[in-house]
Amino acid sequence: MPEPRQKPTIVLIGHGMVGQRFLEALADQGVTERSRVVVLCEEPRPAYDRVQLTSYFSGVTPEQLSMTDEAFIAEHGIELYVGDPAESVDRASRTVTARSGQTFTYDTLVLATGSYPFVPPVPGKDSDGCFVYRTIEDLLAIEEYAKGASSGVVVGGGLLGLEAAGALKGLGVDAHIVEFNDRLMAIQVDAGGGAALRRKIEDMGLSVHTGVGGKEITAGPDGRVTGMVLSDGSTIETDMVIFSAGVRPRDQLARACGLDVGERGGIVVDERCRTSDPAVYAVGECAKAVDGMVYGLVAPGYEMAETAAAAIAGTVDAEGFTGADTSTKLKLLGVDVASFGDAHGTAEGCLDVVYADSRAGVYKKLVMAKDGTLLGGVLVGDAEAYGLLRPLTGSVPPADPESLVLPAGVGAPAQLGPSALPDEAVVCSCHNVTKGTIRGAVTEHNCATVPEVKKCTKAGTGCGSCVKVLGQLLGDELAAQGIEVDPGLCGCFGQTRQELYEIVLALRLSSFQQLLDGHGRPEARGGEGCEICKPAVASIIASLAPVIGADGYVLDGEQAALQDTNDHHLANLQRNGSYSIVPRIPGGEITPEKLIVIGEVAKEFGLYTKITGGQRIDLFGARVDQLPVIWARLVDAGFESGHAYGKALRTVKSCVGQTWCRYGVQDSVKMAIDLELRYRGLRAPHKLKSAVSGCQRECAEAQSKDFGVIATANGWNLYVGGNGGATPRHGDLLAQDLSDAELVRLIDRFLMFYIRTADRLERTSVWLERIEGGLDHVRDVVVHDSLGICDELEAMMAEHVAGYRDEWAETLDDPERLRRFVSFVNAPDAPDPSVRFVPERDQTKPDLEILAGPDLPVRTLEGAQS
Amino acid sequence: MTDVLIPEGQEGAAADTTTVARVEVRTADGWAAVCDREHLVTGRGVAALLPDGSQIALFLDRSGTVHAIGNRDPFTGAYVLSRGLLGSVDGKPFVASPLLKQRFDLATGRCLDDETVTVPAYATRLR
Ligand code: SRM
Ligand SMILES: Cc1cc2nc3c(=O)[nH]c(=O)nc-3n(C[C@H](O)[C@H](O)[C@H](O)COP(=O)(O)OP(=O)(O)OC[C@H]3O[C@@H](n4cnc5c(N)ncnc54)[C@H](O)[C@@H]3O)c2cc1C
Ligand code: SF4
Ligand code: FES
Repeated sequence: MPEPRQKPTIVLIGHGMVGQRFLEALADQGVTERSRVVVLCEEPRPAYDRVQLTSYFSGVTPEQLSMTDEAFIAEHGIELYVGDPAESVDRASRTVTARSGQTFTYDTLVLATGSYPFVPPVPGKDSDGCFVYRTIEDLLAIEEYAKGASSGVVVGGGLLGLEAAGALKGLGVDAHIVEFNDRLMAIQVDAGGGAALRRKIEDMGLSVHTGVGGKEITAGPDGRVTGMVLSDGSTIETDMVIFSAGVRPRDQLARACGLDVGERGGIVVDERCRTSDPAVYAVGECAKAVDGMVYGLVAPGYEMAETAAAAIAGTVDAEGFTGADTSTKLKLLGVDVASFGDAHGTAEGCLDVVYADSRAGVYKKLVMAKDGTLLGGVLVGDAEAYGLLRPLTGSVPPADPESLVLPAGVGAPAQLGPSALPDEAVVCSCHNVTKGTIRGAVTEHNCATVPEVKKCTKAGTGCGSCVKVLGQLLGDELAAQGIEVDPGLCGCFGQTRQELYEIVLALRLSSFQQLLDGHGRPEARGGEGCEICKPAVASIIASLAPVIGADGYVLDGEQAALQDTNDHHLANLQRNGSYSIVPRIPGGEITPEKLIVIGEVAKEFGLYTKITGGQRIDLFGARVDQLPVIWARLVDAGFESGHAYGKALRTVKSCVGQTWCRYGVQDSVKMAIDLELRYRGLRAPHKLKSAVSGCQRECAEAQSKDFGVIATANGWNLYVGGNGGATPRHGDLLAQDLSDAELVRLIDRFLMFYIRTADRLERTSVWLERIEGGLDHVRDVVVHDSLGICDELEAMMAEHVAGYRDEWAETLDDPERLRRFVSFVNAPDAPDPSVRFVPERDQTKPDLEILAGPDLPVRTLEGAQS
Repeated sequence: MTDVLIPEGQEGAAADTTTVARVEVRTADGWAAVCDREHLVTGRGVAALLPDGSQIALFLDRSGTVHAIGNRDPFTGAYVLSRGLLGSVDGKPFVASPLLKQRFDLATGRCLDDETVTVPAYATRLR
């Protein structure tokens, strides 16, 4: 039954990446306000990031892949029918019928039905254990099946096939790639690149079979795959098969309702993305563009989405969609492959510049026109230059072609930065963002960080391969604006924290005054330092104490004068000048006896008591002169400082894990305790938090920690760079299936590398995003030891662990130290009268009225004068 | 149970030194002796009581000079300035409040981050 119509209705069939982009473009154009928008979505979930699909296997959840913001859908009044595909279109009555039986009458119909994976007609292709690689549901099924599999074949050695093979390997399955062509990624790379790529892939432990096809899939009596017979007669024994032999446009609906389709498929559209029926548009992978191409990449699809939305809104952009770039960069972990522009050198009279190092598996080719214009290229094994070369395509590069492909350090290095790019150069091809737009984000929208630029321009939010260039452009632009980015730590030091760390380490300097007088800014030498550099240097000295021969005790000698007030009193200052006390409770595990001691102490001293968000107990409202007495009781009961006051390891949270929980696969509590005891007392540029979950359900929220550990059936997965706080960030998977010893070793290295290179007050999350090369670089350094410093990092951590002493026990043992825990230097027994409390819900809270007064009532204290 | 060593009074500490330098602060009623210099830690502050019961913050900088200002942080009302970090800009010493980090010039008591705010500053001498 057709529904009553007031507003014109737009029906979108297909809610994939391009469909979602189309909706956003409609909203941007204001069309959603004046139209009814109906979306029919076949999959059981709204649009998600198919490009990043494979990242599911490195821990990214379907929720994280989602590209659909519920608020967006609601705000624009979009009717989204999830799991309800369109079954037929009647162009005469302008109606669409969905599987549920609902019928919608449209004024404008938009087809964004994408592609389906092509499955070659080999016998046995429907056996149990045969899959395609397109949707989240496909991946869930592959993951489940792989549990009982030891070997798998991927049919197709293209971009997706390699991703699928990499995923199989990650699932612990021996992966074979069967490719009909004579080389891998035949569409993107030439023979030389294919050879280098093959070497790299084989080095990763995958088997490659080129120049052969699958002839038959054999199955056992239970219908499950047992092997694959190849066209050369050989057989691969395998438990599963993934078809990744290309995609075909989903043009069935269009065919059925009589729209023009191409000979080899694809709904024919004009440059406005209109089909042969002017009321019907087609965008994305299902469309055949005016240049005769069916694009299998997301960037051209996005352009079509914008074009169609503009046409529908009546704000038609000048050119429309006439064709697009097909550059690609492979996201497979561990191999760098990129191709761009005219990679095969098809243009007349073009020249190749090739650099190949077959031992290292590096192959780079640039295709140049006679006049020196860069036409395209292939990079295998080292795709560093991709971000820069791609936007230069079509122009004469400002440096010799040779210098562009030679590895850094060989010959004269090209002084070629992103500054060499013209403003029109497309820096982010996923979202078609030009250098000019990125500069505008900085100059006009005041973006000052990469995340801000990403948010403002969308650049870098697709495949991510342009993020590095974004960072460089941002830096250039800020510098050009004269926004003097003085890298110095503060008014006293022109060096960064990292540089100061290296100075302290190299010169074995344990004195702040020496550092300031010898290395500070000229005007600051001989001075006092300031509230920024003093704690920063204190932290560096504390982190390096065993190595530089300083006392590891943070209140030793001059170090005491450098500490922030919290570290100076080994407690957290509260708003009325009282302190809070947080004993360490490793892993959140505590005996009833200890719990009772905490309760007794809290009761005796009238301390407000609260369970913290970090699985421990905070006692608030102690006067400075009470701290030693309270801590004496706690230390006596076996408690240690919890460093809640320090830029140091806080807590390692845990879930109950295997011991109690029916899902647990490892003893998460024991691991959390071990880690907490290992890293306790470690001073760092910012605080460090950790957690260990006993299984992927993640009850300990490890992915929001600086280093988080999740148990797997085979060991531990290590995530790094997670953060809660104002800018939450999920941690990135650094390594998988580690043994206990491997895990600890990797964390040792990671933490020490962070301490060495991070900026002051820079959490691991921010550091990981800021540091050049990002996660990949950090992985290279700490996993592959690319800088050759891992032994040193491990040795430093070993010294820290060996030298750890409890700060409170040490303080209590030293009468000199205890002298500073008084309210008044000249009346050590007098309590501070401004620290008072009033009742609140059976406990106490600071009496703020006292603090609000002009000054305290005058009263003379006995013994106030000496 | 661990023995707790509650800090002792001044007498003991002063008794075994012969040349004790005493810190005095000028109040409305004249110079008041406050404590011995050796009770101060270079680069840090302590809180002290004046005879009238008001609280001051005393700091010893690396040149050996003692500075005194009121201990009350005017931004929060808490008596905590003595626990801030000592620093200097252009050779002039300041303390940064430990609560919200505003800086106060130790010679004048003027807040360097909000010129409408000042805390009392006291003259000091060593005897
Ligand atoms: C007590 C506690 C709240 C509670 O009642 O639960 C707390 C209290 C404070 N937090 Fe927190 N945070 C507490 C858990 C957290 C958590 C949750 C967690 O650790 O699982 C977070 C988010 C996770 C994270 O850090 O990534 C958290 C994010 C912050 C932040 C923001 C950090 C960031 O990177 O954005 C700050 C500010 C900072 O550190 O610069 C902060 C700072 C503070 C300070 C230290 C503020 C201050 O300087 O006075 C608070 C002082 C506590 C005190 O005086 O004892 N607190 N804080 C929790 C103590 C946990 C513990 O046992 O040590
Ligand atoms: C593993 C993988 C990796 C990739 N990597 C890259 C990459 O690195 N770079 C790149 O540019 N591209 C990459 N791609 C390709 C990219 O994902 C596609 O180009 C893009 O998703 C196309 O978007 P689309 O909206 O046209 O199609 P899709 O995202 O496929 O969306 C089409 C949607 O329409 C639905 N649909 C179909 N028929 C109907 C119907 N009758 N009714 C309702 N709904 C229907 C489908 O279920 C689907 O959800 C990759 C693809 C895969 C699978
Ligand atoms: S994370 Fe897993 S093992 Fe730990 S409590 Fe949750 S469900 Fe159980
Ligand atoms: S090029 Fe893919 S995100 Fe920019």
